[in-house]
Amino acid sequence: MYDTTSEKDVDQKTIKFSARKVQVFYGDTHAIKDVDVDIEDKTVTAFIGPSGCGKSTFLRCLNRMNDTIDICRIEGDIRLDGEDIYDRRVDPVQLRAKVGMVFQKPNPFPKSIYDNVAYGPRIHGLARSKADLDQIVERALRRGALWDEVKDRLHAPGTGLSGGQQQRLCIARAVATEPEVLLMDEPCSALDPIATAQVEELIAELRRDYSVVIVTHSMQQAARVSQKTAFFHLGNLVEFGETGNIFTNPEDKRTESYITGRIG
Amino acid sequence: MPLFWLILAVLGLASVGYVLGRRRALQSAGGDSRKLHSLPSYYGFNAALKSAVPALLLLVVWLLAQPLIVNNTVSELIPDSAVPESSSRGLIMAEVRRAAEGLENAVAAGLMTEEFAGNAGADVEEISQRLKDAGQIVTSEITQPVMRAAQHYRAMNTTGGRMMSVAVLLLALVGCLWGLREVAPAFRARNVVENGIRALLIAAASIAILTTIGILLSLVFNTIEFFRLYPAWDFFTGLNWAPSFSGRGGSSDLGVIPLLWGTFYISIVALAVAVPIGLFSAIYLSEYASKPVRAVAKPMLEVLAGIPTIVYGLFALLTVGPLLMKVFGSDGLGWMQAGTAVMTAGLVMGIMLIPFVSSLSDDIINAVPQTLRDGSYGLGATRSETIRQVVLPAALPGIVGAILLAASRAIGETMIVVLGAGAAARLSLNPFEAMTTVTAKIVSQLTGDADFASPEALVAFALGMTLFVITLGLNILALYIVRKYREQYE
Ligand SMILES: Nc1ncnc2c1ncn2[C@@H]1O[C@H](COP(=O)(O)OP(=O)(O)OP(=O)(O)O)[C@@H](O)[C@H]1O
Ligand SMILES: [Mg+2]
Repeated sequence: MYDTTSEKDVDQKTIKFSARKVQVFYGDTHAIKDVDVDIEDKTVTAFIGPSGCGKSTFLRCLNRMNDTIDICRIEGDIRLDGEDIYDRRVDPVQLRAKVGMVFQKPNPFPKSIYDNVAYGPRIHGLARSKADLDQIVERALRRGALWDEVKDRLHAPGTGLSGGQQQRLCIARAVATEPEVLLMDEPCSALDPIATAQVEELIAELRRDYSVVIVTHSMQQAARVSQKTAFFHLGNLVEFGETGNIFTNPEDKRTESYITGRIG
Repeated sequence: MPLFWLILAVLGLASVGYVLGRRRALQSAGGDSRKLHSLPSYYGFNAALKSAVPALLLLVVWLLAQPLIVNNTVSELIPDSAVPESSSRGLIMAEVRRAAEGLENAVAAGLMTEEFAGNAGADVEEISQRLKDAGQIVTSEITQPVMRAAQHYRAMNTTGGRMMSVAVLLLALVGCLWGLREVAPAFRARNVVENGIRALLIAAASIAILTTIGILLSLVFNTIEFFRLYPAWDFFTGLNWAPSFSGRGGSSDLGVIPLLWGTFYISIVALAVAVPIGLFSAIYLSEYASKPVRAVAKPMLEVLAGIPTIVYGLFALLTVGPLLMKVFGSDGLGWMQAGTAVMTAGLVMGIMLIPFVSSLSDDIINAVPQTLRDGSYGLGATRSETIRQVVLPAALPGIVGAILLAASRAIGETMIVVLGAGAAARLSLNPFEAMTTVTAKIVSQLTGDADFASPEALVAFALGMTLFVITLGLNILALYIVRKYREQYE
C-alpha cells in the first residue's frame, strides 16, 4: 500500500496541526511529556505505542475533548491551521465540528440508527431538506461500511447493533459532519477482517480531502494505511517520521523493540 | 424469666456456639484450616445460626399464640350466668385482665404473698379489699367468677411464660449442639451459612410484604362494611360531599368525586411547580455546576426534604396564603376570597416536592454514561444541545418514574392541605377557591367522637382504599417505566 508517489506528495503538503512542547497532567499524573508533532493535511498519521502510553490522551488534546475531564490540565501550544486552539477566543464547540472524533469504545446514542448519523448534520444545519438529510445519512453509512447491513432497519435503535456494527455506526456518525480532520481512536479494535478492510478503504478515501489521525495497536494496519507514524512510549513521543522509515529503519532502540514485539 | 434476659441468653448461647464451632472445626482439621471445606468461622456461624434462629422463631410464635390461648381458656371458665344482661363477654374479659394485672402489681409491690394471690379458696371480698388497699383496683366490685378467672389467668400466664423460657432455651441448646455435631472437615458449612443468610433475608422481605397485606386487609374489611351501609355507586359517582354531623342521621351525601377532584387539582398545581424547578435544578447540578458548588447546593436542596410537612403547612397558612391574597384577593384582582386555596396548598406542596424530583433526577442523569456525552461533544454539539438531545432522552424514562413517585407523594399529602387549602369539598375550576382532598377528609371523618359503626366514619376506609389503589397504580406505572428504561441500557 505504501508507495513512493505518496511519499513525494507528503513533502508538499501543508501542515494542519502543529503541536509544540505539549504537556498533559491528570491531577498529579504527568501523562504527556514535551510532545512536538506536525500533522499534515491529506495525510494519514498513525499513533502507535504500548497501552497506557498516552495515545488517546494526546488525540483528545487535538479537539479539546480533554476539557470535559475536570482534573486534566494541558500546557504547551497546539495550532490548527496556524491558530492556537487553546486560545480563549476559540470556541471548542466549533473546533470539534471541524475536528471529528471516533472514540475507542463505541458509544452510539440511544436513538435510531438514522438519528445517530443525522445528529451532527442536524446540529450544524448541513441539510436543506429531508431528502438532503436522507442522502447525507446514506452516504455516511456507506462510507462507514454499514449501509448494506442496516438499510432495511434505519429506524431500529443504534444500541441494538453488534459491537463491530456500533463502531462502524460511530465512524459513519463522525464522517457525516464532514470534518476537516478525523481523529480515530482504535476504530478497528472490534471489527472483523472484512469490515477492517472496508474501514481502511474509507481512511484511504478520506485522505484525498482530509487529514486523518489513527491510533492503532496493529503494526500491519499502521503500515498499510498511514504515511506518517508517531511512536509514543510512557508519555514521550519517541520517534516520528515517514511510516516506511519507522518500520524498516527505526532510529530509536525502543521503537525497534516495540515494532518487533519486544515491549508493549 | 423476663423477655430481655431470655433473648440475651439465646444470643449468648449462639456466641458460645460460634466460638466452640470454630475451635472444633480447627481441631478436627488438626489446626490446618486448608483441610477444611470452609473457613473455620463458617462452622462457628453454622452453630450460632442453628442455636439462635429456631429458638427466636419459637419465641415469637409463642408470644403471639399464648395470649390467644389463655384468653380463650379463661373465657370458657366464666359461666354464662356471670355475664350480666347489660354487659358482654368481651367487657368481662377486660375486667378479668385488669384484675389479673392488679394482682400481679400487688405481688410485685410486696403487698400480697404469691400464695395468697393465687389461692383459689381465698375469700373474694378479702382479696378485693387488699387490692383496693394496694391501690390496684378502681372498679367497685369484683364478682366471684371474675376473681377466679383472674387468678386462673395469672396462673396460666405464669406457667406459660416459664414453659416458654424452658422451651426456647432448650431449643437453642439443641440447635447449638446439632451445629457443633455437624463439624467435620468435609461438612459444607459455607453453603449452609449461605442458605441460612438467604432465609434470613427472605424473612425480612416477607415481613414488609405481610405488613402491606395486613394493612390492605384491614382496609378491605372496613370498606366492605361501609359499602353495606352506603351504596358504592353513590360513593363513586356522587358529586356532593356533605356528611351529616349527627352521626346516624342517614342523610349524608358521601360522594368521592369532589374530594378526588381536589386531590387531583392540588397535585397538578404542585407538580407544575415541582417538575420544572426540580428538573432544571437537577440539570444544573449534574451538568453545569462545578464540584464545590455541587457539594454545597445538593445537600442544601435536600434539606427541603427533611422539613416536616406541618411546617410547610404553617408556611402556607401564614406566608403564602396572605401573599397570594395581596395579589389575587379583594384588594388586588379580586379572584380570591380567603388565603386558603388550591393555589396556596399547590404552591407549597410543589416546593416540598422539589427535592424529590431534583434528587432522583440528578441521580438518573448522572447514571447516563459519560461516553454518550463525549460522543455528542465530539460531534461539535454544545452543552445544552447535548443535554436536550442525548442526556435527557436517555434519562427520560427514569425521570418520568421520579415524577410519578413525586405525584404519589403529592396525592398522599395531608398537613399542607389541611392548613393551606381549607376544608370545603368543592367541584370548581377556580384555583383560588378553597378545596379539600381525600386525605384531609379521612382525618376529619375520624377525629373527634368517631362511631365506627356509622357510614360517616367508615367512609374513611373507603377513601383510604381509593387512595391506596390510585397510588399503587401510579407506583406500578413508575416501576414499569423504570424497568423499561433499564432494558434500553443493557
Ligand atoms: N480520565 C483520566 N483520569 C486520570 N488519568 C487518566 C485518565 N485518562 C487517562 N489517564 C492516564 O493517562 C495515561 C495515558 O492514558 P491513555 O488513555 O492516553 O493511554 P493509551 O495510550 O490510549 O492506552 P490504550 O492503548 O490502552 O488505549 C494512563 O496512565 C492513564 O492512567
Ligand atoms: Mg487509548
